[in-house]
Amino acid sequence: MLHCDQLTLRQGRRTLLQPLTWQVRAGECWWIAGRNGCGKSTLLATLAALRRADGGHIRLCGQPLPQLTPRQRAQRLALLPQASHDAFDYAVQDAVAAARFAWPDSGDTPQRVAAALDAFDLGRLASRPLQALSGGERQRVALASVMAQDAPLILLDEPSNSLDLAHQAALQQQIGRWRAEGKAVLLVSHDLQLAPACASHALLLDEHGAHRQYPLAELNAEHLAAVLGYPLTRLHHAGHPCFLPGHPS
Amino acid sequence: MLRRAASGQIPDPCACPFRDSDIAPMSHSLTLDRPLRGALRLPTLPLLTLLTLLSGGSLLLACSSGSIALGAGELWLAASGHGSQLADTLLSLRLERALTAWVTGGSLALAGVLMQSLLRNPLADPYVMGVSGGASVGALLALWLGLALWQVDSAAVAGALTLSALLFLLARRDFARSSGTVLLLLTGVLLSAACGALISLLLTIAPDAQLRGMVFWLVGDIAGTPLRPWPWLALLPAALLAWWQAPAINLLALHGDHALTLGVPVAMLRRLLLILAAILTASAVSQGGSIGFVGLMVPHACRLLCGPDLRRLIPAAVLSGAALLVLADTLARTVVAPMQLPVGVLTALLGVPVLFWQLQRTRRRLA
Repeated sequence: MLHCDQLTLRQGRRTLLQPLTWQVRAGECWWIAGRNGCGKSTLLATLAALRRADGGHIRLCGQPLPQLTPRQRAQRLALLPQASHDAFDYAVQDAVAAARFAWPDSGDTPQRVAAALDAFDLGRLASRPLQALSGGERQRVALASVMAQDAPLILLDEPSNSLDLAHQAALQQQIGRWRAEGKAVLLVSHDLQLAPACASHALLLDEHGAHRQYPLAELNAEHLAAVLGYPLTRLHHAGHPCFLPGHPS
Repeated sequence: MLRRAASGQIPDPCACPFRDSDIAPMSHSLTLDRPLRGALRLPTLPLLTLLTLLSGGSLLLACSSGSIALGAGELWLAASGHGSQLADTLLSLRLERALTAWVTGGSLALAGVLMQSLLRNPLADPYVMGVSGGASVGALLALWLGLALWQVDSAAVAGALTLSALLFLLARRDFARSSGTVLLLLTGVLLSAACGALISLLLTIAPDAQLRGMVFWLVGDIAGTPLRPWPWLALLPAALLAWWQAPAINLLALHGDHALTLGVPVAMLRRLLLILAAILTASAVSQGGSIGFVGLMVPHACRLLCGPDLRRLIPAAVLSGAALLVLADTLARTVVAPMQLPVGVLTALLGVPVLFWQLQRTRRRLA
């Protein structure tokens, strides 16, 4: 679905990402982990064509990324950005419905919007203005918008930010449903519990642009600890791997 | 799809081919009739009908009121060509002025809506961004040189377009960043200040004979402006184009740069909005000088009235901006008759309290 060939990212003279060759297939969820400022969000922005690659090629659904029109890209790829600011007071359901922009209106917009609102427990808030929402509620609106956009590749930048525990669990379930539907998810997250529970693979980025790819089953605490710069312990909990800070006692 | 996935087969969504011919043009008429979520919660059609009646009514009121009031009967006779000569003359004079006010108000309000969406900032308007300052400098320069009226108009348009182009060149990279809005706004404020200085300079060095005209022009006044076709040729296509693109502009206002990932050709749309706003501002400034406040207040008021959705906001702002300026101009020429006030003074004096009241309501609603 997504194929990167020798993808390189730079910021000024600093190399954010050394040439990366990477393949993301339908049904996979990649956890992208690394320390602050190591280029995780820049990688997502590049994949979403918000900035140009500094080297290499990206193919999305078989086609070179720069050759797709914005509308074609939006039908194939959805991005949950890290932060959003709301200048105007759109209602929740209008903001979510607006995410259907790239698709021709085939009459199913209301159902899709309702399903996205339900998936993130926003039914009650449907007609509330955005500016009256709390941080977690606002984040759920952004997630619902991504769902309504219905693209096969979903890029999530810190999706569990300001979500309470129950909504984090709902997010985890939704990522599972997306994978079952054959969508692919790229998940940038610092959540050592949620991310390993959702992911099938991991892409670790270090501060010098080096990177390693692992199937999640092969990702051990040492790999992750080396990248995050903090000792970690790998545990198995509720059917999923998870990581805890600190050495095993 | 879920059933297939449950049986262990994972479908590949990329396998389903997308054809561009499948993609219908943006259709927003289908969803337009949902109930409103503005303060009034009127459905779109009644709201727009109401505003159309209001702006038509404002024209009628403008035609009938003045030093010699015309009743409905006299208006009808004069309009159908059977009235007295006096009524005929009054009607054509007043209608001409009212129509000028209509198109000027509509243009200013639309320019405000477009600039606010472009900059994702409800405080942006052609005056804040210096676009009207550019138009003023151009026009004053032409007045100072003693050029003809059409040359003054052209100079105003040239000034507004130059300022927009300058703004666009200086702040081109700010569009690409989410933090760019602040830089762009600051650039606009600086350009505006520069225009202000140039205006003061021109007023200082202008000979006394031209000074009064220049000052009056700056204040903003519609009296004596002949009815011309080209402001209409600017407003109507601009409004239709903006309304057609309203779903895309909504996304730009909601998401800024990230609207690109939702399918909006952001760079192109921003250029379009900047050019439309510049043309509308130049048109309004060349009609009525600098009538501030309409571009800021009308979109605000309409947003509170009918919500921020541009599919409603664009027609609502054009209609109410037009009505507001017609009413304000009527008031300006009747309230202390036979003296005539500059309409810009009235729009500010009437607008500020209304805006304060509505801001206070919003505060209460959000609290």
